[in-house]
Amino acid sequence: MTNTPSFVRTQMLDPKDPPLGEKGALKWMRENLFSGWLNSILTIVSLLVIYLVLSSLLPWMLGGIWNAESLSECREIRDELYGHGREVACWAVIVDRWHQLLFGFYPSELYWRPILALILFGAAIAPILFDSAPRKLLIVTAIMPFAAYWLLWGGTIWGPLVTALGFVIGWAVLTYGAPTLGALGATIGAIVVPLLYWLFVAGPLSGALGSILPIGIEAVPSDRFGGFMLAIVIGVAGIVMSLPLGILLALGRQSDLFIINKCSVIFIEVIRGVPLIVWLFTASLLLNYFLPPGTNFDLMLRVIIMVTLFSSAYIAEVVRGGLAALPRGQYEGADSLGLDYWQSMQLIILPQALKISIPGIVSTFIGLFKDTTLVVFIGLLDPIGLSNAIRADTAWNGIYWELFIFIGLCFFLFCFSMSRYSQWLERKLNTGHR
Amino acid sequence: MSTATNPPAESFRLSQLIYDTRYRSITIQVVAFILILAGLFFLGTNIVRNLSELGKDFNFGFLSSRAGYDINQRLIEYSNDSTHGRAALVGILNTLLVAFLGCILATILGVIAGVLRLSKNWIVGRLMTVYVEGFRNIPLLLWIILIFAVMTEATPQPRDFRGDEPEASMIVFDSIAVTNRGIYIPSVQFNNVIGGAESGSLLNWLVLIALVIGSVIAIRKINASATAKQEATGIRPTTWYINLGIFFVPLIAALVLMGAHLNYPELRGFNFAGGTHLRNSLIALWFALSLYTGAFIAEIVRAGIMAVSKGQTEAAFALGLRPNRTMNLVILPQAMRVIIPPLISQYLNLTKNSSLAIAVGYMDVRSTLGGITINQTGRELEGMLLLGLFYLVTSLVISGAMNIYNNSVKLKER
Repeated sequence: MTNTPSFVRTQMLDPKDPPLGEKGALKWMRENLFSGWLNSILTIVSLLVIYLVLSSLLPWMLGGIWNAESLSECREIRDELYGHGREVACWAVIVDRWHQLLFGFYPSELYWRPILALILFGAAIAPILFDSAPRKLLIVTAIMPFAAYWLLWGGTIWGPLVTALGFVIGWAVLTYGAPTLGALGATIGAIVVPLLYWLFVAGPLSGALGSILPIGIEAVPSDRFGGFMLAIVIGVAGIVMSLPLGILLALGRQSDLFIINKCSVIFIEVIRGVPLIVWLFTASLLLNYFLPPGTNFDLMLRVIIMVTLFSSAYIAEVVRGGLAALPRGQYEGADSLGLDYWQSMQLIILPQALKISIPGIVSTFIGLFKDTTLVVFIGLLDPIGLSNAIRADTAWNGIYWELFIFIGLCFFLFCFSMSRYSQWLERKLNTGHR
Repeated sequence: MSTATNPPAESFRLSQLIYDTRYRSITIQVVAFILILAGLFFLGTNIVRNLSELGKDFNFGFLSSRAGYDINQRLIEYSNDSTHGRAALVGILNTLLVAFLGCILATILGVIAGVLRLSKNWIVGRLMTVYVEGFRNIPLLLWIILIFAVMTEATPQPRDFRGDEPEASMIVFDSIAVTNRGIYIPSVQFNNVIGGAESGSLLNWLVLIALVIGSVIAIRKINASATAKQEATGIRPTTWYINLGIFFVPLIAALVLMGAHLNYPELRGFNFAGGTHLRNSLIALWFALSLYTGAFIAEIVRAGIMAVSKGQTEAAFALGLRPNRTMNLVILPQAMRVIIPPLISQYLNLTKNSSLAIAVGYMDVRSTLGGITINQTGRELEGMLLLGLFYLVTSLVISGAMNIYNNSVKLKER
């Protein structure tokens, strides 16, 4: 067409901007904050709540006093700075006592040992938590339990070394015994031989080695442990030991073998039916009844054992949920491949079942870590026990918010990062089933 | 034509016990059984030897001897002349009381927080996330101690209420006093106590509860008949004023007949008298348990609602159901199936967590039976056994009820 009518546009116009209310912050606010009368009321009420909390909390926290020897000195400084009538935080208590809250009564010149143990622990769990970490770190993982024990409690190096040797013996029996003893014989041997070794050989051997070559560092008894160090030691030991135990219990509960099934059910239900605090009292009051007369062992060790048993029952239930959620075909497929029970569990069932149960397992771990605070009732000095001790001191009598905020923040950091990790892992492992 | 030869008759060899899967399971079980018996025997002999070494025996006679200690909060008659068994019962009732109150408040908080967390409102969603994450990631014990500390140290003393210009005053029309010794609220009292004054007002309460239950049943009957009429004729008879009447008329009549009135707390001497005294220990424990468990319930409710696929809502809308009918008839019944089992296990957790009462000195069963009684009589073994049994039975009963419910709402699959 050559002669286009003049009222038809030959060029396109640029698109107009959307109206002010339909773009940017205004649109977002209208859609997310004021989309109806109910939402508007909720928004205003929440803004009010946030304002009230922050307006009373922020000046209190930010105006806090960091350098003082006691609460009364804190108040004097406050009155000098702000005049009478204003309340501010006295963070000086944290500055003064942070080492106690973190380490308890661990000798201060030896703080490097728990710190080193923590760093080792970080290196040891890295290859388990993250695929991208170098595989060689698994060696650290294997050494870690013994190294950490030696670093924390100190004493002669031979005890942990000789104990570790037991695992090496078991492994040696399993690999080199198989041709002569057969697979089953080697498995039984790998359990029995180290047990016999630990019961009868390990003690005298480490004693003898210790007298020949006394290598060791200063020993620290358990009652010097306290604060977050205690919580982390109990929590980590419980977590590490309860996972395998819990998986075994879950398998036992799913098993067709009548006696094993019933024993697992009774164990799990009894442990789960009774609160942890009753179990802890049992450990501190009653354990002596169940052991041969004259035996007596460390309260902290008892607590670790109890906490392990307790959380293994919960882990067992979580893993059982994962096992039950697997389609029947997976079990039948493993059978039809001719795998025996342990092979099918190891190669087919558990990898999938554990993947399903990760959120539950991690929340059990978080619960276990939070529950370590209960040890205060049987006389161990966890952070809450230490906060009571600090508040009983004349210098800091009457202080509570600052200590609780500090302790709460520390717990929050640990637990929150655990739950974030589990969410990350869930997303990573979600390979598109279902 | 080939003849099938019979396979050689199998003779049983001992190695089959290990290598033949038909026998292996029996072998394993027998070995396990022997090991377990040996373990139990080891523990049993140790207990017997330890008891005889300490000169103790194993009997529950201490339950019927005089307790000799006071319990500051009791739901039933108790004095320090009562028996240890009675003290344990008082403790059990206190545990159940705080667990019951806690479950109710936790459910309310949890449902509100869970629904609000899903709301489209950005600020409200974030606030609820802060609440849930804050309470889920900080130990319950810390919350209990913190709330208790606030209640005892940040509230006025009773003597602050005295004088012409008191520093503190009672709230809600001078009926509730918040003090550092606890909260005093008005209590309901009856002039005409059924069965004489000495029987307490228990019977009055029972009559009132029976009346309420009776009227609720009658109202349901009326509604059912109204629905039947609606289905037959298409017209629903108006019932709301009949329902209101059935609910309130007998109740008010009974209250007037019993001479019910409120007994307000008053400042007398150095403390408040009259009304009901809610101790700080009860309130701190109750609030902390509810807030903590509420955060977990919020997550459960949120997950339950999100578990119902969007297609269900869309299908309900396509059928022409209005949003609230969609919620009631389509979403909630399906969400409930996901919500109820973990909800009950949270109730169980709350009941078990109530044993943290030790932190604030609330006299629950662990403090009476598992604490003072054990210390006074030196019967740790029996006391802890009974304590464990109580918690075990409670949780088995609750989880048994849960299984029955689960089976009743389970999807009927072929």
